Amino acid sequence: MSKNIFRSVFILLFSLWAAGAVWAAPVVKIGALFSVTGPASFLGEPERNTAVMMVDEINKAGGIKGRKLELVVYDTQGDATKAVQAVNKLIKDDKVVAIIGPSTTGDSMAVIPVVEKAEIPLISCAAGIKITDPVKKWVFKTAQNDSLAVMKIYKHLQQQKISKVAILTVSDGFGSSGREQLKLLAKEFDIQVISDETYGPKDTDMTVQLTKIRNSEAQAIICWGTNPGPAIVARNAKQLGIKLPLYMSHGVSSKKFIELAGEGAEGIILPSGRVIVADQLPKNDPQKKALMDYVKKYQALYKVEGDHFGGHAYDAVMLLKKAMEQGGFTPAGIRDNLEKIKKFAGIGGTFSFSPEDHAGLTSDAFVLVKVEKGDWKLIK
Amino acid sequence: MADFRQLFQYILSGLSNGAIYALIGFGFAVIYNATGIINFAQGEFVMLGGMLTVFFLTVLQMPLAPAILLAIAVSTAAGVTFERLAIRPLRNAEPLRLIIITIGASIFIRGVAMLLWGKDTHALPAFSGQEPLAVAGATILPQHLWIFGVTILIILASRLFFNHTIMGKAMRACSYNPQAAGLVGISVKNMVMLSFMVSAAIGSLAGIIIAPLTMTSYDVGIMLGLKGFCAVIIGGMSSGLGTVMGGLLLGLLESLGAGFISASYKDAIAFIILLLILFIRPEGLFARKESERF
Repeated sequence: MSKNIFRSVFILLFSLWAAGAVWAAPVVKIGALFSVTGPASFLGEPERNTAVMMVDEINKAGGIKGRKLELVVYDTQGDATKAVQAVNKLIKDDKVVAIIGPSTTGDSMAVIPVVEKAEIPLISCAAGIKITDPVKKWVFKTAQNDSLAVMKIYKHLQQQKISKVAILTVSDGFGSSGREQLKLLAKEFDIQVISDETYGPKDTDMTVQLTKIRNSEAQAIICWGTNPGPAIVARNAKQLGIKLPLYMSHGVSSKKFIELAGEGAEGIILPSGRVIVADQLPKNDPQKKALMDYVKKYQALYKVEGDHFGGHAYDAVMLLKKAMEQGGFTPAGIRDNLEKIKKFAGIGGTFSFSPEDHAGLTSDAFVLVKVEKGDWKLIK
Repeated sequence: MADFRQLFQYILSGLSNGAIYALIGFGFAVIYNATGIINFAQGEFVMLGGMLTVFFLTVLQMPLAPAILLAIAVSTAAGVTFERLAIRPLRNAEPLRLIIITIGASIFIRGVAMLLWGKDTHALPAFSGQEPLAVAGATILPQHLWIFGVTILIILASRLFFNHTIMGKAMRACSYNPQAAGLVGISVKNMVMLSFMVSAAIGSLAGIIIAPLTMTSYDVGIMLGLKGFCAVIIGGMSSGLGTVMGGLLLGLLESLGAGFISASYKDAIAFIILLLILFIRPEGLFARKESERF
């Protein structure tokens, strides 16, 4: 009898020791929510690819403080209900210490109450201003606010002494948010929106709206949408022989736009993250190193150009890494140290978080680029 | 003068979009006239035409003309396969069930296209340059002339086919009374298949010639298909020229509505017209005689 007890204690001790050996450097689980499929897949796919690439790289370099990372990715399909299900799974089943994503503002707003309650830090990759305004204790974001892009365009218009503009926005979430900001910020820059036109996300001809704008007194046109709409606008403007300067949003800052708009793209100006003009940046640009690094790696791994949107995930992973290096691996430690990060040069801009600001960027996060000879040209 | 120029541009834009709707609507009419089915997968043939041409052009590096011909051939084959696999086995089902099958097929084709070619939008090069042509102060692109030209050509060809060839007459006979047509020795099965062939070919041709203007992606078929459907309802399913008039009218009303009321209502205008026609004059504005509706 005593022999049996002895044996079982021995087995118990042994199993504890064996398990302990595995636990010596347990992996740190990070969750990710991206809209890899569905209508916002143009955001989610490069974000997922980038996050996977960066986590692999951190692990290859030995992890963080000797601990490897494990990335658990769920696809939200751009659907808020699925996003909430996935975030619950991440927190309850996978027991992650921090979450990256979601890709869209709608998904982000839906998961915020869940992470706030569970006290898990979230770094959203969506642009909506309401994600971090008002500030939520556990929520941060890496994508630049739409308002920063609007300000960048308006500043440029002011320099050109243009005060009357026409806006042409797409009637979806991205376009309505842009339209709101364009109208809201116009006064601050002494700009009058004298023509306010919209188009549907599936529309294939915008000559009517542009004809209307041509007959107004607008001195410039600002179009707010994601591909393919703006490319059709650019082509239609060329067809109608409209000579007014045409501005686009950061929603089209990828080569695809130039490819789709063809000759119509020439001369178009738009605000963009620095990633598409990484090689044209001056050497002393604080972001240059991170940008060149990202562009090169992404190209090597996925054979396509890394874009603006994947950059949001790059920044989220790198910010997490920095917070973990300084504050350990508990959700509270990560959160507190995220808030302390200052002057972190990433892809989307130079982040400086504070208890009052969980977005961390200024309008310097955008540069203006112009399409010249089928390529992006940095406007200095 | 400025106002006239504006109006004229609206009219021109409306007519060019209308010709596109007419061309797509035409495919609906061909199948409806042979089988009594409204083929809601018609928009997907339009998508297939555009996407296949892009595929042959960029991936297989073929020149434009063979790429177009091959794209039409493959889409036509897809139309025939669709008829053989989904329509023929249920030959005796009522039209409403077959119509629902076509909706299912359209979702299927769209899904396959998405998996094969991804979700990106693609542009085809214009057939003859990008320089806009000025017409009385308004402008159109050479591609629009292609669209007008092809539309006219297809009307003429279908006139000839349906009124002056044995096969065309046989097809019309099937739509009037399949049983009687069968009794006089017309193979109804073959005529149904032929109608799917012709309409897939017309649909894909439409998809190809509009792709340089509207661009193409796996999901363009939904909206274009619906607009084509509106055109054919306005025109009255049975008449060739009526469909064209329906398409042009739809395009015109859309662009004038967008120009003088608001562009936000562009699609609403199309669908309100569709509903009005179905309520008030279900046989269509341009049909000469009563035709049966489901």
